[in-house]
Amino acid sequence: MTVLYDAPGPRTRRRIMIWSVVSGLVLAGVLGLGVWQFVAHGQLAAARWAPFTQWPIWEYLLVGLLGTLEAAAYVAVLSAVAGVFLALGRLSRVRPVRWLATGYIEIARTLPVLLMIYVTLFALPGVGVNLPLLWKLVLPLTVANAAAFAEIFRAGILSLPSGQSEAALSLGLTGAQTMRFVVLPQAVRHVTPSLVSQLVSLVKDTSLGYVVAFTELLYRAQVLSAYNHLLVQTFLVVTFIYLVCNGSLSVMAHRLRRREKQGG
Amino acid sequence: MQALLDNLAPLLQGLLTTLWMAALSAVGALVLGVVVTAMRVSPIPVLRGVAFAYVQLFLNVPLLALLVLFVFALPDAGLLMPLPATAVVVLVIYEAAYVAEAVRSGVNTVALGQAEAARALGLTFRQTLGSVILPQALRAVVQPVGNVLIALVMNTSLFAAVGIVELAAAANKTNLVHAQPIPIFVGAGLTYMALALLIGLGAGWLERRVAIVR
Repeated sequence: MTVLYDAPGPRTRRRIMIWSVVSGLVLAGVLGLGVWQFVAHGQLAAARWAPFTQWPIWEYLLVGLLGTLEAAAYVAVLSAVAGVFLALGRLSRVRPVRWLATGYIEIARTLPVLLMIYVTLFALPGVGVNLPLLWKLVLPLTVANAAAFAEIFRAGILSLPSGQSEAALSLGLTGAQTMRFVVLPQAVRHVTPSLVSQLVSLVKDTSLGYVVAFTELLYRAQVLSAYNHLLVQTFLVVTFIYLVCNGSLSVMAHRLRRREKQGG
Repeated sequence: MQALLDNLAPLLQGLLTTLWMAALSAVGALVLGVVVTAMRVSPIPVLRGVAFAYVQLFLNVPLLALLVLFVFALPDAGLLMPLPATAVVVLVIYEAAYVAEAVRSGVNTVALGQAEAARALGLTFRQTLGSVILPQALRAVVQPVGNVLIALVMNTSLFAAVGIVELAAAANKTNLVHAQPIPIFVGAGLTYMALALLIGLGAGWLERRVAIVR
């Protein structure tokens, strides 16, 4: 972004210095106020944080994290597979297939996931479909994420130069073979960064297990805080765990994107 | 169908709550998002760092975890606001990170020559950003920001999980009483889809009006 301003001269450097100090002071002030607020209400007392130095508490939360990862893995695999077929459907030359896939994608993208969870929780049992707890979370998330994955794959397929499929077809490959051996492998590689970003969003979505009462990180945190009454500490720790897990995925997506740009 | 018509009042009340909370959050998120973007491209390292940390924090932590933290936990630290205000504040700071990402990608699409020309004319950083870069960047990001706003409306449904009776919660409550899931949930779903469609159409209309034809 250095194109937005010249290499700073002595006066600008001084001004940058002044503004750095000023904004640093403001930032320190805000943080200080926050810390002071916490101290005033005894939230930074050692006794309130000490439990989080003990393994059983971490074990309890990590079992929740395992649940988060389990649900996320199911959703990721299922919606990636469904996404590929939906993307192919939306690009299909057969009109009814195209309409069906397009309709599904557009509808699933504009329905709140929580509404779909309410349907699996309270509406489906009424018509005799009572899913296991894990699937009450995984099914609505898959319905929503399949549409998101489909759009990512479609973008990847469309971004490929048409020469690729033309060459494959003129070599005598059938349409299906062209898709399977030439177009899809390249398209998937091309959109890997976006897929990883979608993975982050999907891991975040699993926090809706809190509503379903499925054993994942946020739900476990709620149970734990009801037991130890350390709400502030528990939820701050959970926020931190989410930040570490998703942050490392985001870093990976960023690295992949940079490598893609360099054409490596 | 009858259950839907009999309970139109609470459902409409829920829709109204969804609408004003979404509208308020949208305005807040747009303003804060642009400010964060400006900080992120500024020459002041401290501001760049703060903006980067801000965006990373809210892109990686689930909205529901933040809502639970702010609504149930932070009152223990003396940070207590009325429930609707807390919910709107959380949604604003959460979606602002997404707005900032969208606007930043717009800033990156503005041709290098534009910034170079502005600097060659002697404009300061603030003038370059305010009069040359941002006006063009904002025109380029109408569609992506529209998508963020659609996500924002969908995300207001999470308010139901912290006890605000907006559309999703109203639909759920009505269903629990009347056990008529199909008309109630289909009605609520269609309403959300209509809202998303409206935003999408609005963004399309705005884009056609402000887009720069090159």
